[in-house]
Amino acid sequence: MDLESVYRAEYGRCVATLVRLLGDISLAEEAVQDAFAVALDKWDEPPPNPGAWIVTTARNRAIDRLRRESTREARHAQALLLHQTDEHGTDELREVGPVRDDQLRLIFTCCHPALAALAQTALTLRLLGGLEVPEIARAYLVPEATVAQRIVRAKKKIRDAGIPYRVPGADELPARLGPVLTVLYLIFNEGYTSTAGDLVRTDLCLEAVRLARELAGLMPDEPEVLGLLALLLLAEARRPARVGPGGELITLGEQDRSLWNRQLIGEGHDLVRRCLRRNRPGPYQIQAAINAVHTDGPATDWSQVLALYDQLLALSPNPVVALNRAVAVAEVHGPAMALATLEGVELPGYHLLPATRADLLARLGRAAEARAEYDAAIALTGNDAERAFLLGRRDRL
Amino acid sequence: MKHYLLAVQFDYSAPTLPDDEIQTVYGDVERVNEELQKSGAWVFGGGLLGPDSATVVRAQGGNTTMTDGPYAEAKETIGGFWVIRAADLDEALAWAEKCSRACGGPIEVRPFDDETDAAEA
Repeated sequence: MDLESVYRAEYGRCVATLVRLLGDISLAEEAVQDAFAVALDKWDEPPPNPGAWIVTTARNRAIDRLRRESTREARHAQALLLHQTDEHGTDELREVGPVRDDQLRLIFTCCHPALAALAQTALTLRLLGGLEVPEIARAYLVPEATVAQRIVRAKKKIRDAGIPYRVPGADELPARLGPVLTVLYLIFNEGYTSTAGDLVRTDLCLEAVRLARELAGLMPDEPEVLGLLALLLLAEARRPARVGPGGELITLGEQDRSLWNRQLIGEGHDLVRRCLRRNRPGPYQIQAAINAVHTDGPATDWSQVLALYDQLLALSPNPVVALNRAVAVAEVHGPAMALATLEGVELPGYHLLPATRADLLARLGRAAEARAEYDAAIALTGNDAERAFLLGRRDRL
Repeated sequence: MKHYLLAVQFDYSAPTLPDDEIQTVYGDVERVNEELQKSGAWVFGGGLLGPDSATVVRAQGGNTTMTDGPYAEAKETIGGFWVIRAADLDEALAWAEKCSRACGGPIEVRPFDDETDAAEA
């Protein structure tokens, strides 16, 4: 294992534990960065427990640094550290390791509903994923200065407003888990079909899957957490088949199924079965089940998919679900019926609505109307592969 | 412990509620006040008269000027407030939820400056 992979795996865990030890996010980040700088200098080979080494080094460096400073945060952090050493009667040089619950606390802090959506995502990627500001800015098509400013402002609000660093109690959990799952889902989605340029950003997909795995390990009794992980795994499994050699988009029906990752599919199917046994369905679990049907056997059983979309639409009636359901309706009952279900569905700015309409119209032989819908879809997408795909479809009319 | 201001956002341009509804609001707010006092979170609170009762005072250099009316004309303005003690934002938000339900309007939650807290603690 090299330093790079230690950094990927341990950065978020170490920051989370240092936030608890120091009571301040920025101090925790600095301390962990210091420790990795020392590691770069000292390690020929990572020690057997690199996370514990980083946390111990970070804490000791933080103590040194705090003794030299006299800001309010420094005084507070120093008091907190002293309190902890008194409480356990331990020597400050004793080795400490990352605590898994710390990561859970930190993700609930980062995704607190009192923070704006972009700030939640940026903080999660920065603190738990260890992504740098320019990487986050590239992924979300916002200027670096904007991302940096959002992160600074969010950290300040966490400190000033007293956003707690703890896992919400059972009564608050349903409301608080929602934004956490949304953030992980959006990170994956942005990677899967990025808003601009290349079709796929593998790093974001892998980071979302890693964080979802961590979350499922920390909350194994929450069916929606397992549902989200299953959904991401089943989508991730198909990623190698989604893009052709020229970077072009390949639709589900035309994908080479031998390129799918069987191990991830197996894992995803197991999770879906675990969710079914619990019988507490939710939107992520149903979407995972839909993806399980897509990845089961040599071809999709569309009547099962449609039944699941009916269930999903009843549970979360929104136009994106209605749009996806229309695709299943077309497979089961034909394009005319599907087109009828899209009557009155509005999704301003979302290219997949006109793209789906175009496909249904083309299948009905209504070429002129299909062309107009393709043109609308092409104008709305920022993703190169998707645009090329839509142009190809339009020109084949 | 931190201190938070829970400010009621009130639209004074909206038609006033019928008397029985106003009485319901008073009763609900009174119950939240009792709950705040019993829990030890209560510091201070009260309802305010409208912006047309306001006067703005400016003391600059040797001059003091007074103007009739609120500092800024806005459709929504502060209609009342609570100052509460809470361990963290989540605790303050839970009180804000109760206050909002009782008075039937949105509540802005603002933390007091930390240093003030430290001085008092």
